[in-house]
Amino acid sequence: MYITLILLGVIMATIIWWLLRQTLSVQPWVSQTAGDEVSGASIDANKKTVGLMAFLAVAASVFALFISAYTIRMEEPDWRPLTEPTLLWANTIVLILASIVYHWTRNAAIKGNDARVKPGLTIAGALTVLFLIGQVVAWQELRAIGAYAANNPANGFFYLLTAVHGLHMLGGLWVWARSTMKVWTGAGADSVRLSIELCTVYWHFLLLVWIVLFGMLLST
Amino acid sequence: MAYVSFADRDHEQEHHDPDTFITKYVYSQDHKVIAIQYGGLAIFIGLVGMLLSSMFRLQLGFPETFDFINPENYYQFVSTHGMIMVVYLLTALFLGGFGNYLIPLQVGSRDMVFPFMNMLSVWVYALSVLILIASFFVPGGATGAGWTLYPPQSISPGTPGTDLGIVLMLVSLAVFIVAFTMGGLNYVTTVLQARCKGMTLMRMPLSVWGIFMATILGLLAFPALLVSAIMLLLDKLIGTSFFMPAMMAAGEVTEYGGGSPVLFQHLFWFFGHPEVYIVALPAFGIVSDLLSVHARKNIFSYRMMVWAILAIGGLSFIVWAHHMYVSGMNPYFGFFFATTTLIIAVPTALKVYNWVLTLWQGNIHLRTPMLFAIGFIFTFTHGGLTGLFLGNVTLDLPLSDTYFVVAHFHMVMGVSPVLVVFGAIYHWYPKMTGRMYNETLGKWHFWLTFLGTYSLYLPMHYIGFLGVPRRYYAMGNTDFMPESAVTLNASMTISALIIAATQVIFLYNIFVSLKKGEIADGNPWKATSLEWLTPDTPPKHGNWGHELPVVHRWAYDYAVPGAEDDYTPQTVPASEVSVGRDHGIDH
Repeated sequence: MYITLILLGVIMATIIWWLLRQTLSVQPWVSQTAGDEVSGASIDANKKTVGLMAFLAVAASVFALFISAYTIRMEEPDWRPLTEPTLLWANTIVLILASIVYHWTRNAAIKGNDARVKPGLTIAGALTVLFLIGQVVAWQELRAIGAYAANNPANGFFYLLTAVHGLHMLGGLWVWARSTMKVWTGAGADSVRLSIELCTVYWHFLLLVWIVLFGMLLST
Repeated sequence: MAYVSFADRDHEQEHHDPDTFITKYVYSQDHKVIAIQYGGLAIFIGLVGMLLSSMFRLQLGFPETFDFINPENYYQFVSTHGMIMVVYLLTALFLGGFGNYLIPLQVGSRDMVFPFMNMLSVWVYALSVLILIASFFVPGGATGAGWTLYPPQSISPGTPGTDLGIVLMLVSLAVFIVAFTMGGLNYVTTVLQARCKGMTLMRMPLSVWGIFMATILGLLAFPALLVSAIMLLLDKLIGTSFFMPAMMAAGEVTEYGGGSPVLFQHLFWFFGHPEVYIVALPAFGIVSDLLSVHARKNIFSYRMMVWAILAIGGLSFIVWAHHMYVSGMNPYFGFFFATTTLIIAVPTALKVYNWVLTLWQGNIHLRTPMLFAIGFIFTFTHGGLTGLFLGNVTLDLPLSDTYFVVAHFHMVMGVSPVLVVFGAIYHWYPKMTGRMYNETLGKWHFWLTFLGTYSLYLPMHYIGFLGVPRRYYAMGNTDFMPESAVTLNASMTISALIIAATQVIFLYNIFVSLKKGEIADGNPWKATSLEWLTPDTPPKHGNWGHELPVVHRWAYDYAVPGAEDDYTPQTVPASEVSVGRDHGIDH
């Protein structure tokens, strides 16, 4: 559980430190007219950005717990390491490209460059779909050599971790599909700018998660 | 580009009232309607949980009397009762119910920041409740593995409900977590971003602080339950061995091998302990507000109360293994977790002192909500003190499998939060419905519930000390069950039935008062916080009419020395009150 503890420790410490800073020098029982001018928003960011950050903390907690479970289960004597399909390297490169293209699209959207947003979004989404197809093909390869989930916990974890990561990716594609439809039906970059910005953050996050998971799978 | 807050952009928004019955009461995105949907569903499933407890109490009090309770039923009733009360009643009611109702009203917002997701949250919660109920009606019935669902027992033959029952239980939990996450993101973001002008964090009522911190804990801790549920489901359905060791079941060698049941316990309690505070922190917050309003005094040491909430929130993640002293884990872990457990008692005890000091020299009005709040101080102190016993490894080992544990956590986590729930419902009933409840019935409800729970759980500590084991369907003729313990068990069952019957008074009161209660004034308790200052009672869609409120002070200006009224609402500017607590201090 050390991995989860470290991650949650950092998250909780950040939250508590931040909240303490808001509260340390305040004496609310003494009337302070300065407080009257406070706008009522604690963070200088859009509500959706704050919502996404909170969600990323939840998702990070999910993955950290899976990783903790993995490391604890690995200690048992029946663990037989899995040889990961080499296709995963190609999938990783595709996902990195998807992230780069999304970031490029984000820059275009911020500059209001409509011409670049449409192809950018389409390519980023296509690459992500390609990644997911690649993951399913990797599953098929493993099944072809008889590496089923029930055979060994290492196999089980492989299917489980890739599936959970893939489901998060699918959730991202749902939001991607909505903004892509808007762009293809003629909406300007401005109307989807926030969605693209947040998706970019989400894609980078899932790329980071995948690199951590892939690194862990490879090294064990 | 600097971010412009909600309060400053309010005039740009157009407010459309929902006009059809469906959009107003069924698929509503209004936080108040969602709160009542959440609360209604939670209370409904909570009543089911209470009926289940009455059934197994009948068996415990009068063994060999009732034919319809066999060992399978008994374990199914106990298991589902536990899960319903902890997750589907208390978590849903405090966060989904009170969180939804109170956050926007107390911080001065028109609604939650993501109303559509908020609506989804309640419907997904309804789905999880439906799946849970369905588990009773599938072949094999609901799971009887205990509310902790420990493998290997929970999915091995011989335990009730290992076919579909356990599958539906785990699926229902996963669905519940999805619902909670959608609600939780709303609560956190609303508190952070959508407060009205002047509402600094330190001017928020403690109810909001408690719910806010509990939501953060929930968002970070529920994933542990999700992870363990998914992995257990895979062990059950496709035969992986994440948790399942090599074992014989029903005389045959199973396919499983090598799995770690202790891993499940770690994951489960990594959720399970913060869960205690997910329920307790909102209760702490709400009780602080009830005590302050009905004692006409500012809450004692507001800042310390906030810091205690933060400290408890942080510490709650590093005490989980005190539920696992008997699991065979490394004894040095036990030392560590016993220490953290005793440390978390410090901020908790600090809150108890502050509640008592709030009452000291207060102008105490013993109305129904206040009775429940004071009752909470008793039951919580009582349950908290036995927690110190169990937090120590050496004392926990002999007591762990006895009724002492059952008595402890029912006092601290069952009775205490439920008393706050009742107090809070009575306290905000006039705001939610526009009518007053019946005070006499409310007092009857309090005294019967409060004395009833004491006569149920106080003797339970004693039979725990005698060594009477929990989890048993029937004790039979055993040396540790003297005649007196058998009689006590019968009396506890009678108390439990009386408490259950008493809740009819509560239901009668809240339903009949809807039509027959006196019309309530907008601020019947003369309270200072924003929810009492809405232009309409009950508040309409959008809460505040045309103009959002502007806040000038904290929520606890009661009996300010020299002030004309004994309360100064949060919206009154400093310039309109010539005297105050800071009278004579240079600015």
